[in-house]
Amino acid sequence: MIRHEYDAVIVGAGGSGLYAALEASRTARTAVVSKLYPSRSHTGAAQGGIGAALGNVEEDKPEWHAFDTVKGGDYLVDQQAAKILAEEAVRAVYDLENRGLPFSRTEDGRIAQRRFGGHTRNFGESAVHRSCYAADRTGHMILQTLYQQCIKNEVSFYDEFQAIDIIMDGNRVTGLLALELATGELHLFTSKAVLFATGGFGRMFRITSNAYANTGDGPALLARAGIPLEDMEFFQFHPTGILGMGILITEGVRGEGGILRNRHGTRFMEEYAPTLLDLAPRDMVSRAIMTEISRGNGVRGDRKIDDYVMLDATHLGRDVVYEKIPDIADFCKTYLAIDPAEKPMPVQPTAHYAMGGIPTNVDGQVTTGAVTYEGLYAAGECACVSVHGANRLGTNSLVDLVVFGRRAGRHVAEYVKNASMPSIPPGGEERGVKKIERLRDGRKGPHVGPFYEKMQETMMAKVGVYRNAGPMSEAVDEIRRLREEYRDVRTEDSSSAFNSDILGILELENLLDLSLVTAASALNRTESRGAHSREDYPERDDPNWLKHTLAGLDGADVTIDYKDVDVSIWKPKPRTY
Amino acid sequence: MTVHLDIERFNPEADRASHVQRYTLDVEPTDRVLDALTTINRNVDGTLTFRRSCAHGVCGSDAMVINGKEALACKTLIQDVAESDGATITIAPARHMEVQRDLMVKQDTFFANYRAVKPFFIADEAKPAPQKEYLQSVEERSVFDDPTKCILCGACYSACPVIDKNPSFIGPAAIVQAARFVFDSREKGIEARLDILDRPDGVWACENHFECTRVCPRDIKVTKMINFTKREIKKLREARGEQTNDGGAAT
Repeated sequence: MIRHEYDAVIVGAGGSGLYAALEASRTARTAVVSKLYPSRSHTGAAQGGIGAALGNVEEDKPEWHAFDTVKGGDYLVDQQAAKILAEEAVRAVYDLENRGLPFSRTEDGRIAQRRFGGHTRNFGESAVHRSCYAADRTGHMILQTLYQQCIKNEVSFYDEFQAIDIIMDGNRVTGLLALELATGELHLFTSKAVLFATGGFGRMFRITSNAYANTGDGPALLARAGIPLEDMEFFQFHPTGILGMGILITEGVRGEGGILRNRHGTRFMEEYAPTLLDLAPRDMVSRAIMTEISRGNGVRGDRKIDDYVMLDATHLGRDVVYEKIPDIADFCKTYLAIDPAEKPMPVQPTAHYAMGGIPTNVDGQVTTGAVTYEGLYAAGECACVSVHGANRLGTNSLVDLVVFGRRAGRHVAEYVKNASMPSIPPGGEERGVKKIERLRDGRKGPHVGPFYEKMQETMMAKVGVYRNAGPMSEAVDEIRRLREEYRDVRTEDSSSAFNSDILGILELENLLDLSLVTAASALNRTESRGAHSREDYPERDDPNWLKHTLAGLDGADVTIDYKDVDVSIWKPKPRTY
Repeated sequence: MTVHLDIERFNPEADRASHVQRYTLDVEPTDRVLDALTTINRNVDGTLTFRRSCAHGVCGSDAMVINGKEALACKTLIQDVAESDGATITIAPARHMEVQRDLMVKQDTFFANYRAVKPFFIADEAKPAPQKEYLQSVEERSVFDDPTKCILCGACYSACPVIDKNPSFIGPAAIVQAARFVFDSREKGIEARLDILDRPDGVWACENHFECTRVCPRDIKVTKMINFTKREIKKLREARGEQTNDGGAAT
């Protein structure tokens, strides 16, 4: 075992991890531990833009952005946090631009902005140009810019290190155990602060826009360490994934004027969201698609799970398609042999974004409200501040990364100044060490493939866009069974160097644990709110359910607790668009 | 359809040299080559090793040599490389980088070259720092759009014939990354990167084989960007009344 000592360890090198690293490393000895080379992180796949009320195209205000975020999240958003998100977004976008981010430009040379789902002027009047974009590669540009800045500032990276376990001493963090892919060696990092920025976990679902790497390593490690996860029942299905593959087709297509149509060519969003139409929030559009399919209006018309609708951009003209959404055109040509300037794109909802995750405050500190874990931080998709509530608006993921990645990094820097170096409690690393030894004990076990397939099918079919008690409780049982059978899995690869097999096994464990927490949290919440839509409880139920879920993992069980929602600015109202 | 995948394998803990292993698989013609590799890894042989993440051509993890040509496994469909049922697809690791294991290659030199060009924004101090954003016209922005697309996958580095004979060549991707800043109107530009680009192993080693352009999975006109960069260097040297440091290669 190789030992290291740092003021701060940041796990994950996407947008929030890199931003936090830039801030923390100014004064604190900081290491970034990432299972991927940083430029491979999934922030790079974000397409349509980053929301900020710059007002470059038309009048806009952070207050409107904050309100849209709250309403978009179906009032499960903590409102002061949303206010911070919207206000700090403006400076954050200018900062990124000043650090070189190549935004697309308006005719007068300013940062270009486009419309996006659920973003409105004057509290819902009409769609507003708020999404600052660099063609349909905004996430790529953010990731590149932040990584470039880390190179410039000589941040220390441990690339291709898989986090295995968090080591706590009571409620204080003491360190992190990680596995080095190149050698198979374990590394023990003693650290005053550990910040998780491990991204999402869409790989628990069959159809997803998420990368293979999106396996929720941070939340899973913390759940196993006894820290509850917040609002895990809220998982966003993006309405427009490429049929069968789930690859994201940005909402920016609809922001530029693209239209969803059913088999009859009807613009069906007129029925579901008369004001915002195709730019309604994602949960509503995904439900509208599923409803159309169940009515027999899907393109196949067979009402089966692989039925779909069309996203039509043909009327936008070739110039707009190739200027504004060139990567989408490329994906469609590569994977569908379709030119979107000539033919509509076949799309279906795709598992996209976890609103829930590690509970934090607005400085990234992990807290349940009752307990704050000393030195433990989270930011980005793996965290739940909560600024997305029950449904995230498009562009707000990138805003979340930069605003809260930066705030968390700053708080870490301040915290470590006065904190003493902790000691790893005797035997603290044993749990992680034993896990790896068990996987390598030479016994023969089943392949991981069937586990992934069964988990992903179960979660997609039973904890998807529309939910019911019966199927969800079957899902809970099924995931429990898979977790038991998982105990027999062993690495088939006896080599130490570059053993990717062992990583796949560890990632599967993380996904299975988070699937259980997600399914159990969803079964527990007997109302419909945002992305959590129950056919057996179709209404939002504020008197009983205007509260955050805190779900703990306890062996085969999930324990449930709650936390208040901050509704100090806007009173919850029915959500129509 | 059924395809054979002939995959070049190497395990430093067990093998002296690489060997080819054949896997035979049922696939859909529209599956990605990466899907086939993942199926093997998860269901057939857990020891098969490769990098991957996004699976749709934006993260740059899975550049390899498929049927003799550099490509991303996630952007190559089976039907692109297998003509009919029973076809054989050959898969080998990217070239010019030491094989770590199977399809994983060591990218240290590739990334060191990338870092050497100062791939970060260096503001032009002659322009005042803005209160909000720097102003940049649509035209100024479009000049350097192509190189912003680079995902550092290394396909160009693998395909470049110059590196066969001159491993010290900085390589196409590093120059593209430099060009992304050199042609940005907000930037200090070529001056800050002159020492690394204007030398015999810098831009001048390029011989215009166009292999980089041919294989780039992001369709970047790599060779063109290299030539633009050469021209920019010449312009600056001429303005200063200096010679380029091309080791006699420039024409």
